[in-house]
Amino acid sequence: MDSMETIKQTFFQECEDLLQDLESGLILMNDGESDDETINSVFRAVHSIKGGAGAFELTELVKFAHIFENTLDEIRSDRLEASKEVLKVLLQSSDTLTDLFEAARDDVEFDDTERADELRAALQGFIGDKPEEASDDGGMPAMSMDDMGFEPVILDFDFGDDVDVAPDAIVFDIVFTPNATMYAHGNEAVRLLSNLAELGDANITCDRSTLPAFDDIDPEGAYLSWSIELETEKTEDDIREIFDFVEDDCELQITQRGGAPEGGPEDGLPDEDSAETPDIAIETTSEAPAMDNNEAVSAAPVEVASVEIEVKAEEKEQPKAEAPAKPEKKAEKKAAAPVQAATIRINLERVDRLINLVGELVINQAMLTECVVEAGLSRDSAVSSGLDEFKQLTREIQESVMAIRAQPVQSLFQRMSRVVRKAAQATDKSVRLVLEGEFTEVDKTIVEKLADPLTHMIRNAVDHGVETPEKRLENGKPEEGIVTLSAAHRSGKIVIEVSDDGAGVNRERVKQIAIDKGLIPEDAPLSDSEIDNLLFMPGFSTAENVTTLSGRGVGMDVVKRAIQSLGGRVTISSEPGKGSVFTISLPLTLAILDGMLVHAAGQTLVIPLTAIVETLIPKPGDIHHMGPDGRVLNIRGTFVPMIDVGYELGFRDSPTHSERSVVLSVETDGGTQSALLVDAIQDQRQVVIKSLEDNYGHVPSIAAATILGDGRIALILDVDNLVSSAGDSRASFDPTLVAAE
Amino acid sequence: MPLNILAIDDSRTMRDMLKFALSDAGFDVTLAEDGQKGLDALDGYTPDVIITDINMPVLDGFGLIEGVRKMPGLRAVPILVLTTESSQELKQRARQAGATGWIVKPFDKVKLVNAIHKVAA
Repeated sequence: MDSMETIKQTFFQECEDLLQDLESGLILMNDGESDDETINSVFRAVHSIKGGAGAFELTELVKFAHIFENTLDEIRSDRLEASKEVLKVLLQSSDTLTDLFEAARDDVEFDDTERADELRAALQGFIGDKPEEASDDGGMPAMSMDDMGFEPVILDFDFGDDVDVAPDAIVFDIVFTPNATMYAHGNEAVRLLSNLAELGDANITCDRSTLPAFDDIDPEGAYLSWSIELETEKTEDDIREIFDFVEDDCELQITQRGGAPEGGPEDGLPDEDSAETPDIAIETTSEAPAMDNNEAVSAAPVEVASVEIEVKAEEKEQPKAEAPAKPEKKAEKKAAAPVQAATIRINLERVDRLINLVGELVINQAMLTECVVEAGLSRDSAVSSGLDEFKQLTREIQESVMAIRAQPVQSLFQRMSRVVRKAAQATDKSVRLVLEGEFTEVDKTIVEKLADPLTHMIRNAVDHGVETPEKRLENGKPEEGIVTLSAAHRSGKIVIEVSDDGAGVNRERVKQIAIDKGLIPEDAPLSDSEIDNLLFMPGFSTAENVTTLSGRGVGMDVVKRAIQSLGGRVTISSEPGKGSVFTISLPLTLAILDGMLVHAAGQTLVIPLTAIVETLIPKPGDIHHMGPDGRVLNIRGTFVPMIDVGYELGFRDSPTHSERSVVLSVETDGGTQSALLVDAIQDQRQVVIKSLEDNYGHVPSIAAATILGDGRIALILDVDNLVSSAGDSRASFDPTLVAAE
Repeated sequence: MPLNILAIDDSRTMRDMLKFALSDAGFDVTLAEDGQKGLDALDGYTPDVIITDINMPVLDGFGLIEGVRKMPGLRAVPILVLTTESSQELKQRARQAGATGWIVKPFDKVKLVNAIHKVAA
């Protein structure tokens, strides 16, 4: 990648951060919790986006950012009040700016120009007809919307030979008298003169007539003046350009020899002029020594000396200079601003390599532990206690490494406020998103993969959950619906909830749709929670009318599958008239799993702890036979289908009837219970997940594998898959129906 | 000896660009991400030229210029201001604060290097 492309990528990355700052700032303003710094940072975000976009010639982005920036500037300068109405447009503009940015980043055509134009017109409406005059660019003439007064300059890093060469040499007489302010602003006469000398042949004469006696010199004063005869092929504009930083800090006269009018040397010069030039030049050089109090020099050595005096004199003054008071004052402000943690960017591959190595370390440590046990060393031995410490350290290293991958869900959550706004707008509803626990840290991969399912769930909550404003008022609810998105760590898991205060699941309708679509038998006796869970069934979609939001071919079953692929589960609970809560629970990491080691038909298996509800030893009287293979277990009055893990996975030919079998009561995502029959439970431990798909291939009912301390491989069970395939083999829709028979 | 440039801009993109363009032109570049960090960087370091953005968090460009002009030994260091638009008002304010000159961004490298040579030996 060449450098410009790298910088462009940096720009896109930065834009993402800036857009986030922009949005969170606008939300703060909208909630009335902003201070001066909020509007400033919002302004800067748009300003920086515009600046960068201009450099990369992203004109659409520049155009939109420009008017956006101007509007923000009006607010920043208290010329426009940040009313609710204004903020609504600003928030929508922030969304459109994001869309524009994404189109630019992905190098695709921006497809919603109509909306962008609408918003631009709205923004323009806020700041009136003369945006350019009111904004920072005070001196610029008002421009049309299309022109925007901002011409992006494409970055061209080639040193071009773009000098305007006037064909013939002309002689200019220049008188340059700096004011004291020029030196105070860091400009040096000597540099200007040597720059001037580079334009052609320069005869520079210093006029020291106003220089006072040494004792009377004000070190900050300006006493010198220079006369320059410049023979050059350049134009007067080129000369003026050298002085453009100092034009207000000096007196400057430029006259062209030969009587041509000032400012017009470029064109229509009579040929005689160039013929005359040498004569005049010679004449003036010979004249120079005769001048009283003046000294002719070819370059600027004398001036260097005088400038040095100036500098030294300045230095004498410097000890008097006060300590910078203003920066200190501003520094206080800094303390009030949100503290940014120092961060470094690390290539993800390096982190993952580290995590893999730590995984190996965990396995290695388990192996050592078993060796020590086998060697029969006492618990008090130095080796044992050393190993205990090693274990502790390993765990700490593991947690620290995992923490590297962890990032707050904040950025993900903040993106959702945009989803809510868009969904609310599309459905003509008024919805507010409330975020809770956005600083909860989750594995980076999980955060990334949650974006799609969450977006879908949030959209659903607005589209299907929250009622129309009229209906809400009818039902005595506030007009504005609330969708809450929360995250929390709960008993070793991450729990994310999407809840709304809407109407709740319309169970009658849901059941009818499921029957109509042939998903359930007509007479299926389903509990409320089972009906709610129908929403997750493949092929189920409640959208009767395809709205702009729904009808994208994505149902809740896709959401469920996405969550499952992350090793998590999603459940729903709903209360008519009060709303619904979707709960996603996820493992803290994708690399390590808390599991229970069990034996079944001579195999060691790992069952994820998240799925296990309880473990028990069944009494023979609690087991009821149904059909040739079917068995159900009576757990405190509830009949739960039994699944013989060893038999189901093909480790043995017929179901075991051993009385010493142990049952693990598990709950699947659908909330249905099953009883897994295994031979024995070994222990509960953390295992490092090794993907089978990556190394071997997909195996039904197996989620992954792990390496045990003794080097053996143990399979990690996919409980949901096992339960549903066991259910299929009995040709029944739902284990609960079997239980109900 | 290559010229030492302190470039201050809160935008990562702009810092990268300045670094790229200036290093390519043979300057030694030090970067800072806001005015305060710019002032901090000047502790024990005297650049030949300072280039600064105006709109920055914590301490803006005007504040930086005023701060630099109060620092012993740095009163005469040339300071170029990066402005997005060639606004007379901004230039005027920057000048009052003590700026030496300005560069209109998005800059092109030739202009940037020319501006630096204009103010530095």
